Amino acid sequence: MQKDNLSLSSLITFKNKFISMKILVCISNVPDTTTKITFTNDNTQFNTAGVQYIVNPYDEIALSRAIELCEGGKGTVTVLNVGESQTDPTIRKALAIGADDAVRVNAAPRDAYFVAYQIAEYVKSTDFDIILCGRESIDYNGSQVAAMVGEFLDIPSISIIKKLDYDGTTATIEREIEGGKEVISVTGKFIASCSEGTAEPKIPNMRGIMSARTKPLQVIEAKEIAQVTKVQQFETPPARGAVKLIPAEETEKLIDLLHQEAKVI
Amino acid sequence: MSVLVYVEQVDGKFKKSVFEAVSYAKAIADKQDGNLIAISIGNVEESELKELGKYGVSKILNVSNDQLKNFVNQAYASIIAEAAKKESAEVVVLSSSFSGKGLAPRVAVKLEAGLADGAVELPVLDGGKFLIKKTAFSGKAFAISELTSAVKVIALNPNAFGVKESAVDAAIEAFSPEIKSTDLNAIVKEIVRATNKVSLPDAELVVSAGRGLKGPENWGMIEELAGLLGAATACSKPVSDADWRPHSEHVGQTGIAISPNLYIAIGISGAIQHLAGVSSSKVIVVINKDPEAPFFKVADYGIVGDAFEVVPKLIEALKAHKG
Ligand SMILES: Cc1cc2nc3c(=O)[nH]c(=O)nc-3n(C[C@H](O)[C@H](O)[C@H](O)COP(=O)(O)OP(=O)(O)OC[C@H]3O[C@@H](n4cnc5c(N)ncnc54)[C@H](O)[C@@H]3O)c2cc1C
Ligand SMILES: Nc1ncnc2c1ncn2[C@@H]1O[C@H](COP(=O)(O)O)[C@@H](O)[C@H]1O
Repeated sequence: MQKDNLSLSSLITFKNKFISMKILVCISNVPDTTTKITFTNDNTQFNTAGVQYIVNPYDEIALSRAIELCEGGKGTVTVLNVGESQTDPTIRKALAIGADDAVRVNAAPRDAYFVAYQIAEYVKSTDFDIILCGRESIDYNGSQVAAMVGEFLDIPSISIIKKLDYDGTTATIEREIEGGKEVISVTGKFIASCSEGTAEPKIPNMRGIMSARTKPLQVIEAKEIAQVTKVQQFETPPARGAVKLIPAEETEKLIDLLHQEAKVI
Repeated sequence: MSVLVYVEQVDGKFKKSVFEAVSYAKAIADKQDGNLIAISIGNVEESELKELGKYGVSKILNVSNDQLKNFVNQAYASIIAEAAKKESAEVVVLSSSFSGKGLAPRVAVKLEAGLADGAVELPVLDGGKFLIKKTAFSGKAFAISELTSAVKVIALNPNAFGVKESAVDAAIEAFSPEIKSTDLNAIVKEIVRATNKVSLPDAELVVSAGRGLKGPENWGMIEELAGLLGAATACSKPVSDADWRPHSEHVGQTGIAISPNLYIAIGISGAIQHLAGVSSSKVIVVINKDPEAPFFKVADYGIVGDAFEVVPKLIEALKAHKG
């Protein structure tokens, strides 16, 4: 027992000295935040006409933190996207921000279950130390993928984090909870989904943009898995009636309306 | 047929969002003549557990274990999945709280179940299809998602479903599934929680302010107004980016999406990314000095005026109202 522990800790020291860390960042390709959301085909499909796509803003935060952790040759960052070839510009953007290489699992991202399965299968074939995601994709807003990957790989998953320190073996993480935060310590492999605060999003510079063109982007095929969800239709929220304006001097009238008409106070 | 609801405890107590999830799960169970079972993890007193009976829980599986006093995602997910299997639950309901968001996906994978996170209505059973309405595109739309798996997992949005009483006598049953040591790998070191503040995601009333307030030193009146209303405080993104307010208060497409009964926006222009996170609020009040501010287009009530004059007057009027 004692001996095992000794060799484990010396192995870890060895690893810290000589082998750099490998971080995987999962990025999703989402409509720009200014997009007006509309649907076609009887509200069964998102209308992609004229829509600009971007790296999911939370994934940019995850990527930026990964790059910071690897700065000074301490490690490498790989980005992964499950998507068809039209997501390549988004992947190149991530490479321009500073990822070292990229992988695309060539398939339409059917649902979170499917995406998480593809990510987990890819991770099993490689040896990443940690995996970072965004807290949610701003299109389907599942906040599902990270924890599902964690479960497929049977490793800890920490959702909606706002701070991450990692030394190659142990991480100290702050997670958001209602009205506060929780500080968590994890040793070994884990996956976390990043929220604001984890890092300042990095902006690609000219050198990044130039080098992104030649960085490796590997395309692999997806694996089949049973389908568990299917979007049938979309709805847009009902329009509100016209605003009732209250003169600035009559604030008591607003209180009355909120109390008697809207019945919210 | 049975429905399992996970009842999240905070320091041994259940919050309103738990009773919402229980009421919601009860309505699903009733639709299908099923019974409702709750799973509680951590150390919750019997008197608190019995509260669940008021909302229709007939049986409570109670996992009382010091190792599990604090939330451990992996272990909690294993327990919930075990409970679902033991009770042959067809539907598992959780609240889409911060912890719920981390748990539901793991439970779904364990049960090979489809998951709807951010559910806002009861499921509809349509010709054998299980359809559920959930938020999508950061509050800019809803998706009707079909869960095609045998077992279904639903994470319910806070404030989406009202609490409904439906009293039964709840039987408490001790439950102690085996816990793998690897399920306890992530260790909680510290919990910091402001107990005197209303938490934003499940607040019924929210007072929010933006760049129009000019600087962090002017938030005193916002806090006073919120305090008088018993409301949570929120802010726009540039405000938290500038560190005038903590990131946890930032609402919108890239912040928290909320749907309180009342959202008061003060000195916020109403950019599309901000509206995404707040447009499903039931009543919206906008206070802005610019009559052309886009926020007025989605407001129910508005005051065109200088926040530094309007808000103090509003505070006085509210004090008078409360008398
Ligand atoms: C990728 C991306 C994601 C984003 N995500 C979010 C998000 O999640 N949430 C978010 O909020 N923003 C988000 N934004 C930013 C968003 O586009 C707006 O810039 C932001 O919401 C503006 O904040 P504001 O309304 O506080 O400030 P401003 O736009 O500067 O508006 C200030 C308002 O205050 C009014 N005002 C000024 N002085 C007074 C006074 N004395 N009394 C009363 N009113 C006054 C002005 O008329 C004006 O309408 C995002 C932007 C991008 C690019
Ligand atoms: N198609 C995808 N490819 C790679 N990563 C993804 C994909 N979709 C989602 N993710 C990751 O999972 C996170 C949560 O997404 P979601 O569960 O869809 O809200 C995102 O922030 C990404 O990090």
